[in-house]
Amino acid sequence: MTKTVLEVRDLVKTFTVDGLPIHAVDHVNFQVHAGEFVGLVGPSGSGKTTLLAVLAALLTPTSGEVLIDGRALSTMGEKERVRLRRSRIGFTFQSNNLIPFLNAQENVDIMLRLNGYERNGGRNGTVELLSRLGLGDHLHFLPGQMSGGQQQRVAIARAMIHNPALVLADEPTAALDTERAFQVVKTFAALIHERGGGGIMVTHDLRMCRHVDRVLQMRDGRIVAEYNTASQIDSFASSAG
Amino acid sequence: MNALAFSFYIAVKEVWRSRGRFLLLSLVIALITLLVLFVAALGEGLANGNRQYLANLDAQLIVFREKSDFIIASSRLDPTTLRAVRRVAGVESAGPIYTAAAEVVSTAKPIKVSLLGADPDFPGMPEVAAGRALRGGDSNEVVIDRNFAIRSGLGIGDVIEIRTTQGAEDRFSDLQIVGLTDGQSYLFQPSIFVTPFTWEKVRSQSEADLKDDNPYPNIIAVRLASPGEANATAARLMAEVPRIEVADIVTTIRNVPGYSAQQSTVQTQGIFTLLIGVLVIGGFFQIQVLQKVPQIGVLKAIGSSNISVGAAAVIQIVVVTALGVGLGALLTFLLSLGFPPTVPVAFNGNSVLLSILALMLIGPAGGLVSVFYAVRIEPLRALRLQ
Repeated sequence: MTKTVLEVRDLVKTFTVDGLPIHAVDHVNFQVHAGEFVGLVGPSGSGKTTLLAVLAALLTPTSGEVLIDGRALSTMGEKERVRLRRSRIGFTFQSNNLIPFLNAQENVDIMLRLNGYERNGGRNGTVELLSRLGLGDHLHFLPGQMSGGQQQRVAIARAMIHNPALVLADEPTAALDTERAFQVVKTFAALIHERGGGGIMVTHDLRMCRHVDRVLQMRDGRIVAEYNTASQIDSFASSAG
Repeated sequence: MNALAFSFYIAVKEVWRSRGRFLLLSLVIALITLLVLFVAALGEGLANGNRQYLANLDAQLIVFREKSDFIIASSRLDPTTLRAVRRVAGVESAGPIYTAAAEVVSTAKPIKVSLLGADPDFPGMPEVAAGRALRGGDSNEVVIDRNFAIRSGLGIGDVIEIRTTQGAEDRFSDLQIVGLTDGQSYLFQPSIFVTPFTWEKVRSQSEADLKDDNPYPNIIAVRLASPGEANATAARLMAEVPRIEVADIVTTIRNVPGYSAQQSTVQTQGIFTLLIGVLVIGGFFQIQVLQKVPQIGVLKAIGSSNISVGAAAVIQIVVVTALGVGLGALLTFLLSLGFPPTVPVAFNGNSVLLSILALMLIGPAGGLVSVFYAVRIEPLRALRLQ
């Protein structure tokens, strides 16, 4: 049986706005297995990013439980959460992804520096990964010298280099044109499958779901639909046009 | 890799990759350093101009006439006081000091000087650095301060003419330079030294003074057998010698008219310059942190601790400040080489070190707010949730 890298149990995150409770995440349950790439879709304000923030141990849930690699976030103190983010979670963000004064290789290396050089083959692993992502000749380029797609690929390498249990991607294709967006998602999926961690990609662009293994659709903080089979996903993605 | 090493890496990388921006701030700090060091040097130079002669006295105590409030110009001692002072236990040597103002008129432009009378080989007469000491009695000889020699182009063997006023008439006296001394400025004027007898003859006097040929010393410089027993000897002096008061050198200097006010003005200038430095550096780093909020958010989201982020900010501030202070110190040194000796700037090792230390602290002090701000940035910023 495939290992479960993420388990979400009856998760609730409530904000109070003008004295009224808003359930940004409302009794959500799901699991992500090793080597599985999950797409989290839904309209703006459906709770995707809030859910991602809770999964990333950046927000504390109102109730429910999140287990990453079998460890419950609720039992962790702040320092442990920071350590977890550093060692067991990989991130890509919508924008401002890279550190502007570090070149491509250094931006990826930063995760190794945070976790210790001895892991993952050190710098050689970085060069190899960036080369696989087609950035072998851009190792010493600063983010400002690269295109949006190249920057996102560097961010993917950074999210993957330390072999995290879970990779969380917040709208990784938002700033890209369609062709580059497909390339980025395809690369992402291939690396998730190959490296054996779990991956969740938040996107509002349903077409990007063609390369994921499962789609969770959110609305008003709830998961309202789940697409598991290739035909279901293809049909869902095609509905976006 | 520990948090500090990571912080150092991040901090130095950013400084290096954005070196133009950081160099600009370092140059601002360098200019502030230049200003602070020059204000300190000016303070020292002005202080020297006022106190140098007194500070270099080979004496520990100064005897004043009672109720003179330790002001040299207000003190006029009876000539017999000197003998009484010399008899007090603990006094190794005592020399009278006579002060007056005069003008050297034989130079291309008249130069005002402090005309000081002192007994050769007694406290009050400075060591001669070149030439020879004065001979006693009515010698018409003079020992001059080296700064005065440089300014006037005079040397040993030359004759200077001084102008004083006696009664209602100008008196012109010729004095031959026999020696040079170092660092003997007094009341912002170079000093020229004559024997008490010559001093009494050539100094400015009122009609009434002219009837009395006895020179009256303003003060007596006292060298002690045991400098550590200054307080006890001062008490003995006051008990055994009538109508006097006694002060140490520091008190005497502090009571030189205008000295304390001038020093506090210069110190206030220095403090304000440092405060401006704190605000400039603080403003720069605060703006920089505000510009980097998303970037710091990402760093925290991927697992950088608050300690790493805070330490990186502090390291950056220290590196930039150190670079600026180093550049400023070098600039100050190079500029000081071009200053003529007549400009009252003097670099004192202790005050330079103190200024550099203060300057090194203004960076972290100014950047403190930005460091706290950086530490408090939520990693959620990376997800644009805040």
